[in-house]
Amino acid sequence: MSNIGSYEERLKNFDWSIAEKELGYKEGEVINIGWYCSDRICKMGNGDKTALLWENALGEEKRYTYNDIRVFSNSIATFLRRLGLKNEDRVCLFMDRIPELYIGLVGILKIGAIAQPLFSAFGDESLFIRLENAGTSAIITQRKHALKVRKIINRLPDLKHVIIVDHDGIKELKEKEIAFSMEAERVEELELFPTKAESPSLLHYTSGTTGMPKGVQHVHYSLISQYLTAKWVLDITEHDIYWCTADPGWVTGTSYGIIAPWALGVTQCVLDSGFSAEIWYRFIQKYKVTVWYSAPTAIRSLMKAGDQVVRQFDLSCLRHLISVGEPLNAEAVVWSEKVFGLPFHDSYWQTETGSIMITNFPGMKIRPGSMGKPFPGITCTVVKPETFEPIHEPGVIGLIAFRPGWPAMMRTYWKNEETYNGKFKNGWYLPGDRARIDTDGYFWFIGRDDDIINTAGHLVSPFEVESALLEHPAVAESAVVSKPDEINMEVVKAFVTLKPEFTVSEELELDIMNFIRRKLSSLAMPQEVEYVDSLPKTRSGKIMRRLLHAKEWGEEIGDVSTLEND
Amino acid sequence: MDDVKDVILKYVIEEYGDEDHVITNETPLISGGLVDSFSMVSLKRFLEVKYKISIPDEDASPEAFDSVNKIADLVKRFIS
Repeated sequence: MSNIGSYEERLKNFDWSIAEKELGYKEGEVINIGWYCSDRICKMGNGDKTALLWENALGEEKRYTYNDIRVFSNSIATFLRRLGLKNEDRVCLFMDRIPELYIGLVGILKIGAIAQPLFSAFGDESLFIRLENAGTSAIITQRKHALKVRKIINRLPDLKHVIIVDHDGIKELKEKEIAFSMEAERVEELELFPTKAESPSLLHYTSGTTGMPKGVQHVHYSLISQYLTAKWVLDITEHDIYWCTADPGWVTGTSYGIIAPWALGVTQCVLDSGFSAEIWYRFIQKYKVTVWYSAPTAIRSLMKAGDQVVRQFDLSCLRHLISVGEPLNAEAVVWSEKVFGLPFHDSYWQTETGSIMITNFPGMKIRPGSMGKPFPGITCTVVKPETFEPIHEPGVIGLIAFRPGWPAMMRTYWKNEETYNGKFKNGWYLPGDRARIDTDGYFWFIGRDDDIINTAGHLVSPFEVESALLEHPAVAESAVVSKPDEINMEVVKAFVTLKPEFTVSEELELDIMNFIRRKLSSLAMPQEVEYVDSLPKTRSGKIMRRLLHAKEWGEEIGDVSTLEND
Repeated sequence: MDDVKDVILKYVIEEYGDEDHVITNETPLISGGLVDSFSMVSLKRFLEVKYKISIPDEDASPEAFDSVNKIADLVKRFIS
């Protein structure tokens, strides 16, 4: 029997207080995610239980108990306090998937500061934009990533401390840099900052269509949603070995790669390594992973690696598979059932929702290719794009819409209240995706309702890439859209016009690609650069990405009455 | 033909290296996390531009790109 039991019964009797009671939380009391992820588990008598099994590409292994998580997060929290950091200061985590990243987040939350995790593959400009917007006070990083920080630190007056967790004691530290070793000291006691339900906890940056990235602000009460969705959707129990493959630079990696599993007292695994089917299967076999939360791009890459490699490993330990990030195609569900004897269960949510919203529940019949059904307590429908009124006819495509009010809902966009307010229409929160609902209430994903590019489950802003392209010496104008990709669903494609003194060449295309990779990230790097004489524009001069997108996807181009050069 | 390795190694160090990691011809690039699947696209493009070859997508697997040695072997197959 799964944790959720009967979905239909849960719908009848649902209240978020189920999670509050299980976590021992009462309205108005202190609620601190950092404490729930460590101290509470120890107080329950599970201090010696393994919390984290970690391995990297070199085969180095580490194991941490819940008591280790407690004292090392205390160690980080104490260090931050000694630097003068306090509640609501923004502290960025900019690291590969090393233990300090996971335990660091717990420590930051314990002092009431706001954790700002950023993907370590970000280039210096992506990093700068996000640190500047957040007014970040400190960044915790590794030596190799500190090099990116050094390039931008003079433009970041709010950034007071660059904390390096792997300093070798030899190389010279630069201005504002300070070395810190998490395991050098075990701090047994810490005065917890008494955060309340609405105290800010995390700031995750997500891409915008027309503006720079937005800081999605969450609060400590998000724990309620994250705890219960992990229990009922991921179906994790105290006996499981859980592996979430997402990087904590993104919301899945924090909500379900740190907060939920540790609040549930589960043993989780982390692999800090590049991807290969053999490496992943060997990891599952070695640690006897039972519950595996991954992403469609990874699943499609495993499919591409073939069935033969699966048979080289004993993966019989697996009992429940879940996917998130982009729509999971039906073929991937059918394939996983064939090779693992288990289907991947698709789940749908986003940075702003903070927790799983629509999913295929354990025990529920999966319709391959479907998103599933809303989590109990989540009121969800599709609405008409013109009026934002709910669509009652099955099969009609509309905008996905949620009634606000679940615990993990974002509270605002950092310093961007106007954009936040714009996400609500007619009393609904609109995540920006389109779907249809079938006669049995299953949701089916159709696509984004804007120009944001979803590549391998990560959102990339065309505006951000276009802006960066204009900084390349050869580029006069740019437009960025998605193009189809078998593995990543979508990848970035750039259309550029060149300045007169530059000529088209393959070398220049490569130079432009690498320029964006270094400046923003590999995700944002155009996989193709197409040179054009001019870009399609409206008569008011706005680039019509829609036409370029339609060309890439073989779609009708629609109304072109506003085209400048028609 | 060791030139091929030298050229690829130099490019890999310039584009993906950092002062803390010594990259050699044997260093695992993809499985070691130094080059991700997105960056592999520009690495492949570099090889195609540099050696005026076309590497089919089915040959550009993570395994074939996992070290300078393996990449050089792949390139040599396409250099006539």
